[in-house]
Amino acid sequence: MDYALIIEKFVLVVILFLISLGIAAYSTYFERKLAAWIQDRVGPDRAGPFGILQPIADGVKMFLKEDFIPQNSDKWLFIIGPGIAMFTALITSAIIPWGPDITMFGRTISLQVTDFNIGVLYMFGVVSIGVYGIMIGGWASNNKYSLFGAIRASSQMISYELAMGISLITIVLMSGSLSLTDIVNRQHGMDWNIWYQPVAFLVFFICSLAETNRAPFDLPECESELIGGYHTEYSSMKLGLFLFSEYVAMFISSALIAMLFFGGYNFPGMDAFSGNLLAVLCVGAFFAKIFFFIFVFMWIRWTIPRFRFDQLMHLGWKTLIPIAIINMLITGLVIAFNEGWF
Amino acid sequence: MESLSNRKKVVSDKPMTFVESLYLPAIFNGMMVTLKHMFQRRKTIKYPEEQRVFAPVYRGMHVLKRDEQGRENCTACGLCAVACPAEAITMVAEERKKGEEHLYREEKYAETYEINMLRCIFCGLCEEACPKEAIFLTDRIVPTEYERGEFIYGKDMLVEKIDQRIDITKRQSTGKRGTV
Repeated sequence: MDYALIIEKFVLVVILFLISLGIAAYSTYFERKLAAWIQDRVGPDRAGPFGILQPIADGVKMFLKEDFIPQNSDKWLFIIGPGIAMFTALITSAIIPWGPDITMFGRTISLQVTDFNIGVLYMFGVVSIGVYGIMIGGWASNNKYSLFGAIRASSQMISYELAMGISLITIVLMSGSLSLTDIVNRQHGMDWNIWYQPVAFLVFFICSLAETNRAPFDLPECESELIGGYHTEYSSMKLGLFLFSEYVAMFISSALIAMLFFGGYNFPGMDAFSGNLLAVLCVGAFFAKIFFFIFVFMWIRWTIPRFRFDQLMHLGWKTLIPIAIINMLITGLVIAFNEGWF
Repeated sequence: MESLSNRKKVVSDKPMTFVESLYLPAIFNGMMVTLKHMFQRRKTIKYPEEQRVFAPVYRGMHVLKRDEQGRENCTACGLCAVACPAEAITMVAEERKKGEEHLYREEKYAETYEINMLRCIFCGLCEEACPKEAIFLTDRIVPTEYERGEFIYGKDMLVEKIDQRIDITKRQSTGKRGTV
């Protein structure tokens, strides 16, 4: 048994865990700042210089609140719900290739926890489980608003996963592999998938917004109709976990978009570097892309009003899925033609 | 009718063109609007550090004035309480005793004088009604409290301290009421 490998993977997992949580925490801060800037306000600026200690203050506040469990709720499911939401949001990061291999202590270390040859399928599986956290949380609350929120979340996720999957098939067709490492390595330099598949990108991006329950698709948790939706009954850190898992999911979604369509850790002019320097630059480029997409997610949230539920379903089933299918068929035909099938 | 503001737009409900029905150009335009706002100057005044400049006629917390010799101007005539539309002012009058001439200017003075700051609407009618130039509204802000009772200000809060006179020259400029 190679103990060094276990240690190496363990360290990587811990680092990824901390990075995911840290970025999620500071996403809440940045989201509030961005909302303020868009509305010509200043935003949180009291806790520390420029308010950068605000996420810590929020976290402490969440921990100090009363942890309330409604009397008629299903206690175990009520507790497990936020845990599942957080868990599924976190485990997607296992398959993301964060950068090329680095050489350290005489070993070649892969900056990816595990290179599945079915990475795309795993990703979809995990994203699908994500709905269970919301569903269980909403159901266990024993509250009709929570249940409405949960039902909306599940129907929305199921509807948009179809279009998402079909739009991704084009990427798989072009790469000829389900492994995310292969998909990223194929987009060397500036040869990104977005240049070949803009329509698939658009569909995937819209579906990502819906999958992460972000505006304009934040119907499961709209305050005005559902009083918070599935987390109406939640308080303290359980509520914190739900809100937090949304930000982690946003981080992971941004990483997936950057990876599948914008070359992942590839950047133009990367051939001029090699070794560990290249790896560091690649990781930097990847995170720059991720931060850009987190910014776009937030930018959209503070620009566009929320969809009505029938509009949401209409957009998902009657617009995005046909577009994705046609896009897939055209891609398939072009690839078949290039392969000389005709 | 002719447009006075030059912002009149004719409303129509013609069917959307194909490009419009995609919504994407409209969404993109909306995002450009919000992007523009991201770089605009903030309108916020960070209150405790920065304070908005008050207008000279601003009406804030009341003060009961003393004259140059440090005697209270108020003679407890009750005209302010009568004038008050919110019925926020009450007082109890008392006769000035021998030896109190250095404390009260008139022969009658207010033993207690209370203004309920939760009732007060800061209209300034008390100041207008006062014949003795005793009560004025200043540019000070009424501080916030946790209990309702703390908003009933007695003489300890209202009468200016002898060594900390409160400047009301902005409001006393006309001198219509004669000399103090």
